[in-house]
Amino acid sequence: MKKRIKAADVRGWLFLLPSLLFLAAFFIYPMVDVLVYSFEEQFNFASQTYTGVGFYNFNYVLHDPYFVQALKNTFILVIITVPVSTCIAILIARCISSIKKLREFYQTIYFLPYVTNTLALGLVFMILFKKTAYSDGMINLLINAFGGQSVDFIDGPYWAKILVMSIYTIWVVLPFKILILTSAMASVNEDYYKAAKIDGTSSARIFFKITLPMISPMIFYLVITGFIGAFKAYSDEVALFGTDLNGAGMNTLVGYIYDMLYGDSGGYPSYASAAALILFTIIFTITCINLTVSRKKAVY
Amino acid sequence: MKIVLKNLTKVFEGRRKKDPDVTAVNNFNFEIPDGKLVALLGPSGCGKSTTLNLISGLEEPTSGQIFFDDEDVTNVPPENRGIGLVFQNYALYPHLTVLQNIIFPLQNLKGEERLSMDEMKRKAKDVAKLVQIEDLMDRRPKELSGGQQQRVAIARALIKNPRVLLLDEPLSNLDARLRLRTREEIRRIQRETGITTVFVTHDQEEAMSIADELILMENGVINQIGAPQTVYDEPANLFVAQFLGNPKINVLRGFVQNEKLIIRDEVFMEMKNTPDKDLFVAIRPEGFVIDENGTLTCNVRNIETTGRDTSIVATHDASLEENIRVIISSDEARGIEKGPIKFSYKENKMFLFELSGERILL
Ligand SMILES: Nc1ncnc2c1ncn2[C@@H]1O[C@H](COP(=O)(O)OP(=O)(O)OP(=O)(O)O)[C@@H](O)[C@H]1O
Ligand SMILES: [Mg+2]
Repeated sequence: MKKRIKAADVRGWLFLLPSLLFLAAFFIYPMVDVLVYSFEEQFNFASQTYTGVGFYNFNYVLHDPYFVQALKNTFILVIITVPVSTCIAILIARCISSIKKLREFYQTIYFLPYVTNTLALGLVFMILFKKTAYSDGMINLLINAFGGQSVDFIDGPYWAKILVMSIYTIWVVLPFKILILTSAMASVNEDYYKAAKIDGTSSARIFFKITLPMISPMIFYLVITGFIGAFKAYSDEVALFGTDLNGAGMNTLVGYIYDMLYGDSGGYPSYASAAALILFTIIFTITCINLTVSRKKAVY
Repeated sequence: MKIVLKNLTKVFEGRRKKDPDVTAVNNFNFEIPDGKLVALLGPSGCGKSTTLNLISGLEEPTSGQIFFDDEDVTNVPPENRGIGLVFQNYALYPHLTVLQNIIFPLQNLKGEERLSMDEMKRKAKDVAKLVQIEDLMDRRPKELSGGQQQRVAIARALIKNPRVLLLDEPLSNLDARLRLRTREEIRRIQRETGITTVFVTHDQEEAMSIADELILMENGVINQIGAPQTVYDEPANLFVAQFLGNPKINVLRGFVQNEKLIIRDEVFMEMKNTPDKDLFVAIRPEGFVIDENGTLTCNVRNIETTGRDTSIVATHDASLEENIRVIISSDEARGIEKGPIKFSYKENKMFLFELSGERILL
């Protein structure tokens, strides 16, 4: 009996071997490499030499104003966009679920941004927000129409840039969330609503006491992936503010790592690795917290 | 409280133009007496759930009226009709405990009707006692067995003291033993509360055993209404005769010639004042008598003795089904062997039907 189980075990591992090798080559090895890099002090890329082992790289990164700025930007982005986009997606999904006519049409409309290229979307936002020699951008025209002063959203004050970045990020992540939530809502058994109707439940109570709890696993899924996605933001910022994100004061953590490796001031794999490890730690911690909370809350 | 349906019709229109309309409920007229348990019985898709949904108000009738006592409730929304509904899958909220599920309807009450939490809990306790789930109040639905979930669903339906209790196939998710026990339980709860109850099922045995009255339907049309035993003893048509009873009633082709009813080549019985025609002869399994002078000769294929009763499987050329099933007491069956056998019949277990299915009364 024991032998048999072992044979089955071996066979299982054999089947897993290709993917394990793949994982080792493209995931574990780089991870270890990053870990090693991040502790090697004064690493010289050309000669592949270093002077010592220690926390110097972390110390440097944590005191680098660009890193602090990127950390701040990323946190603000996460804190704003994840809850706001999730709430908006829930509202829109709720509306889509309650209409009968043209439902597919609306679903398609809301899904379009998802299949549109980030840079193309960036262009649209440029037209909306960017000041050029000819125009202040659509939004400013609107603000002017209501008697307000033009704001430079792309090169202007920090809050304006954060605002554009948040709106853009929310805009980009919405379609997927809406899609997931509409199908989650559609899969809630009709009988729950019938039972609620017979009991005279108000539509607000139905929404908060039945629909939301029923789709809560999906909401948690979206929040967790939303957090991870927002922490890894980079391309959206490039699409809006160009490649010199440090100059624009709009860099993100991933952007900082990229710049440290390949940017104009790049060539510092040790700093990049240290920053990557810090980012990994943050995402890991937050995901763990999220999972714990969702396990406690989603009880069925 | 009695329920009266008047000329009630429900037509589901085809989704596209070319799709045919479905008449799920066709001109229903019946009265459910106060405090009775009535079973809506019929094969799948005959419109039982639709009828129930019309009574509950979840569906609007295409035409016709519904009265609760003398009150016309046709246009009253479901929440104001004073009904409790139990679904086939129970529809218990999975994220709420049993207690929270049961008081959910009470928490919808507003203004003066609103009860304090203590009162709600007390009420919940009362119904929980009635359906015997007092010990399970803090569990969640998935931590309950099917039968227990069923009881919780009934408790939730009862907590607002409804005037009518509607049950849509409440037992179909339970295994055979539990089904038996639960249906007795439902019967007991109904007796204790005296609530007018409509019970939907496609299981004739279940309906026969639980109901004060049967409403037997087919394809949106009512076939017969009456007490279970009456409907069984006096089926209005062939469909009813075939639908009730297990094993099924045996149906044979016959014809009348010169005032004699002939099955295959035997004169089965005399039929005075009847023109020549084809018809169906239906005999319940328990309606056969072994008789040397009998007028129906069958061929015994198989004999199964199950204690008190003996079940005989025989064949006959004129039978609609492959086999004829006969049930007689084991004493009478002693000494039967495979091969030809002659039967006579019990008058009250034999029915004649036109080819259209209509009953021929003698
Ligand atoms: N919403 C609907 N739209 C169109 N047709 C419907 C709808 N609901 C039911 N029907 C049709 O009406 C008929 C009766 O349906 P109903 O659900 O009342 O049957 P039932 O007797 O409850 O069957 P079952 O025992 O399978 O539950 C069926 O032919 C069904 O296809
Ligand atoms: Mg049904």
